[in-house]
Amino acid sequence: MVALSTFVQRELRLLARQKADWLNPVLFFVIVLSLFPLGVGPEPNLLRLMAPGIVWIAALLSVLLAAERLFKDDYRNGVVEQLVAARQPLLSFVLAKLFTNWLSTGLPLVLLSPLVALLLSINSAEFVAMLLTLLLGTPLLSLLSVMGAALTVSADKGGILLALLILPLYIPLLIFASSAMEAAAMGLPYHGQLAIMLAMLLFAMALIPLAVISALKLNVS
Amino acid sequence: MFKWLHPYAKPETVYRLCGRFYPWLMLSGVALLALGNIWGLAFTPPDYQQGDSYRIIHIHVPSAIMSMGTYSAMAIAAFIALVWQVKVAQWSVTAIAPIGAVYTAIALITGMAWGKPMWGTWWVWDARLTSELILLFLYLGVIALSGAFSDRQTGAKAASLLAVIGVINLPVIHFSVEWWNTLHQGASITKFAKPSIDPSMLWPLLISILAFKVLMLALVCLRLRTAILQNEQHRPWVKALVEE
Amino acid sequence: MYFQSMTEFWAMGGYGLFVWLSFGITYALLAVLTAYSHYQHKQFKRQLSARLAREQRVKQYQEQVK
Repeated sequence: MVALSTFVQRELRLLARQKADWLNPVLFFVIVLSLFPLGVGPEPNLLRLMAPGIVWIAALLSVLLAAERLFKDDYRNGVVEQLVAARQPLLSFVLAKLFTNWLSTGLPLVLLSPLVALLLSINSAEFVAMLLTLLLGTPLLSLLSVMGAALTVSADKGGILLALLILPLYIPLLIFASSAMEAAAMGLPYHGQLAIMLAMLLFAMALIPLAVISALKLNVS
Repeated sequence: MFKWLHPYAKPETVYRLCGRFYPWLMLSGVALLALGNIWGLAFTPPDYQQGDSYRIIHIHVPSAIMSMGTYSAMAIAAFIALVWQVKVAQWSVTAIAPIGAVYTAIALITGMAWGKPMWGTWWVWDARLTSELILLFLYLGVIALSGAFSDRQTGAKAASLLAVIGVINLPVIHFSVEWWNTLHQGASITKFAKPSIDPSMLWPLLISILAFKVLMLALVCLRLRTAILQNEQHRPWVKALVEE
Repeated sequence: MYFQSMTEFWAMGGYGLFVWLSFGITYALLAVLTAYSHYQHKQFKRQLSARLAREQRVKQYQEQVK
């Protein structure tokens, strides 16, 4: 897989040059999180109760924000077209996109989670659960958003459309991730939820790259 | 079998077949709906628990069943469109989606109107209502995606791909919502046990389900005809047809 | 007929609002979908024939100019 490392290097170089592409969603995540206490009141118990939902909805929104521009530049300057026309296997290109998308949007959320725990007054048991669900869930979130971005590459209206496509598919992840955090808050075991999230992640990893490849192809032809 | 089927995948043939079937399907659909609903509304005894409000079942259950049936029909068409690249199948995905969305909306609205006298609120986050709402979002996604491209053909292909992705996800979504609902069972909702339905109530219900199915087929015929014309507008046969 | 009178039928044992509301919305939505699909079909045929006629006129005009 020489091509894979080439593509990953290319993506990383692009990310290093366009810092706004991955810094803005992370900032957005923090801003949304700090808006919730202003909206519902700074009561620590209330915040702790709502934390699972808040964290996961903010994570989804910030990943969506990053997803919109994912393939747009490559499509406009003809990279996608050239790859399809050259009969290159698109798989390594797609895998590189997925990996770097997670690296630039999913990983920062995982790294920011201690800060989130402080902001929402989450205790340590819940924090471990949040870290684990973010570790398992953000790759799945990246997979879904890459798929949505690939489907809408040549669409005239992006933005809202992308949200409409991804949100229903995201619901199972939201349910299991927030319930794992709730179970942790109540001191219950949450291995089951984590196992289901892992199963969903593996399932998506097997199928979504194929969907992304065919979506890119049909957008070019 | 495919040799036998292949001539029927020709857009012109499909156009003519749909035109021939449409009036009969529409008429029988309306007649069946009238029969089933009048029977259900006026000629069956009321439920011993829910009184006359249960009569909403005669449109709620058919529309809910057919909202899922329509999705599977759309997904089958999408699968055929993706695997064998049959153009008519691609166009039928975009033709079917609005019908499914309307059925889902009917199921939601009647569910709400039934819930108000039974549960006391218009909306509860009940597993079935929530699943139906998500199904509506999936339909709206397919409709929005098919209309988002300047090239109609790309839109139809993308919508087909999304429909297949949706049908793979649908069981996961359904079971996760059901599981979530058992987890957060509110105390205010008293679930009434499903009683075994009396045959006198069952017949009109079955007729109404059939009516929704036939109406769906009729609407697919009508909408598919438009889609075929739109996509084949530069072909000689369409020009000849319009200039008639 | 299960009901004794027409007023009783409309009242639906006190649930008249909900029953007739849901039936009314259902029929309205189905009717709107059918009418809109018909309208789309007619409208597209009209647009297409107008476009073909325009192309025909342009062709005739070009031949005249020659």
